[in-house]
Amino acid sequence: MNLALRDIRHKLGRFLLTCLGLSLLLGVVLSMIGIYRGLVDDALSLVRAPAADLWVVEAGTRGPFAEASRMPGDTREMVARIPGVAEAGSVTYQTVETHYGGQTLRLQVVGYEPGRMGGPAAIAEGRAIAIRHGEVVADIRAGMALGDRIHLGRDDYLVVGLTRHHVSTGGDPVLFLSLRDAQDLQFLPKPATYRRDQARGAPPPALDTINAVVARLGAGISPEEVSREIGRWKHLGTNTQAQQEAILVQSVVEKARRQIGLFTVILMTVSTVVIALIIYTMTMDKMRDIATLKLIGASDRTIVGLILQQALAMGLIGFGFGWVLVNLVADRFPRRVLLMPEDAVMLAGTVVLVCVLASSLGVRLALRIEPAAALGG
Amino acid sequence: MTPRAPLAELSGISKHFGEGETRVDALRDVTLSLYPSEVVGLLGPSGSGKSTLLNIIGCVIEPNQGRMALDGKLVFDGRSSGADLRRLRLDKIGFIFQFHNLLPFLNSRDNVAVVLELAGQSRSAARQRADELLDYLEVSNRALASPSQLSGGEAQRVAIARALANHPRLILADEPTAALDSQRAGIVMDLLRKVATEQSATVLVVSHDEKIFDRFDRMLHVRDGVLG
Repeated sequence: MNLALRDIRHKLGRFLLTCLGLSLLLGVVLSMIGIYRGLVDDALSLVRAPAADLWVVEAGTRGPFAEASRMPGDTREMVARIPGVAEAGSVTYQTVETHYGGQTLRLQVVGYEPGRMGGPAAIAEGRAIAIRHGEVVADIRAGMALGDRIHLGRDDYLVVGLTRHHVSTGGDPVLFLSLRDAQDLQFLPKPATYRRDQARGAPPPALDTINAVVARLGAGISPEEVSREIGRWKHLGTNTQAQQEAILVQSVVEKARRQIGLFTVILMTVSTVVIALIIYTMTMDKMRDIATLKLIGASDRTIVGLILQQALAMGLIGFGFGWVLVNLVADRFPRRVLLMPEDAVMLAGTVVLVCVLASSLGVRLALRIEPAAALGG
Repeated sequence: MTPRAPLAELSGISKHFGEGETRVDALRDVTLSLYPSEVVGLLGPSGSGKSTLLNIIGCVIEPNQGRMALDGKLVFDGRSSGADLRRLRLDKIGFIFQFHNLLPFLNSRDNVAVVLELAGQSRSAARQRADELLDYLEVSNRALASPSQLSGGEAQRVAIARALANHPRLILADEPTAALDSQRAGIVMDLLRKVATEQSATVLVVSHDEKIFDRFDRMLHVRDGVLG
């Protein structure tokens, strides 16, 4: 018979309450991992949306995400003409704050040329931008609905499409505009500034400016070869898609990764200590029973099994509760919590190790209990 | 008439705890023999060494000096003989405690069956034997009750059933009637007598309970670690 299971059933309420407490701790660990995964995935969603092979940016910069990058709007035509480039699109990126639904809304605005690369990876509802002015596609996290109007800069824009999982590295939902609208929003001075500049004879503002050109290459074309060709224009630099993703992760997500990683380690340490104390207390409660078991002939292996199985049951049930709990509340987090099965498996494995480690205190105590303790005197 | 062979034989057994100034001689040069089918009382005031003697006979602790054999098997001979004490306890000795010491997370039947499963018997065989013993001790109607649901007398009967599970040759009872009234104490002693007679087991009872002294075949008195 399984003594561990019988003992658990005997004090089921207390055991489940303990598991529930543990599940909150492990749920926080899972959340932290999920937040990190969400952070990376969100960050990469922006850079992966255009499905580019090559990013053309201002020379000497790590733009457009890690550093500012500006170049003339005709760069796209230049890049498109290079042999091996199958398709190219101009893009702009900026962060704006506006008021929507009575609240201040922070948005990552992406400008692209409708019909060319640089737009949303997929439209979840509605349609893509069809005209050059006045339409937007918003991520569902912005809280907008199809047909809504949003005021940006000087104009109102109609929401014609919705996307999912398009957010910035800061977690701000992405708003896709036509390139022209995005350029106006980013580079067109306020009327008063414009009038003042004109009055002092300043040249008109360079509105046809972009932050990057994304390019898709033909089959079998080496990005390095095309990069070399583009590099002949001294004002341009290039990054492959892999380099762009690496820049984003290293520059933007790395500190958050370390922070979350350290916090996760601390939480796992706390969990280990908590499990160890619980198992130790449970063993203390059973000292007389363990002494009796030893006296009637139970082996050390039986006693160790009793404690270890209870520790493992507690850890795994706590983990299971935690997993369910986090899945239930994941959507309520302000930032995306991405729960990956492989992370769950890894954490479950860690919990098993932690339980084995944590039960060592209880096992040590149990092995030191003398069978004579069952007899009086 | 063929002289009976002793079941347990102790010769010159001494046991001390601590060393130097803190040394306490719990037993000194104890020699005794216990025979099958007899019910023996082990008496003595608190701290006299009777619990130490019970622990040594029960293969729970080892003496420092002397020789001990149990059921023909040498257990100690001046120094540890290397005998597997746990296995000896499991196979040859049954224990009965003052407060029954039933495992609170097992029902009556499983409290008995657990000993058999520890000895390697199958679950079904263990349960069958447990049911037989509970029936033998007239407590089969409480087979599925947990220890907390049993009266003192019922719990002690289940404890006796557990002690008998592996057909032990020696039953050691530590104050088995201390928590019971006279009537129930008498019933428990009758049961122990029945076991000793029917199963040729030796029953050694540590007790302060004068009302059961007349139930013993003989009484051993321990005082200051010496068997009188």
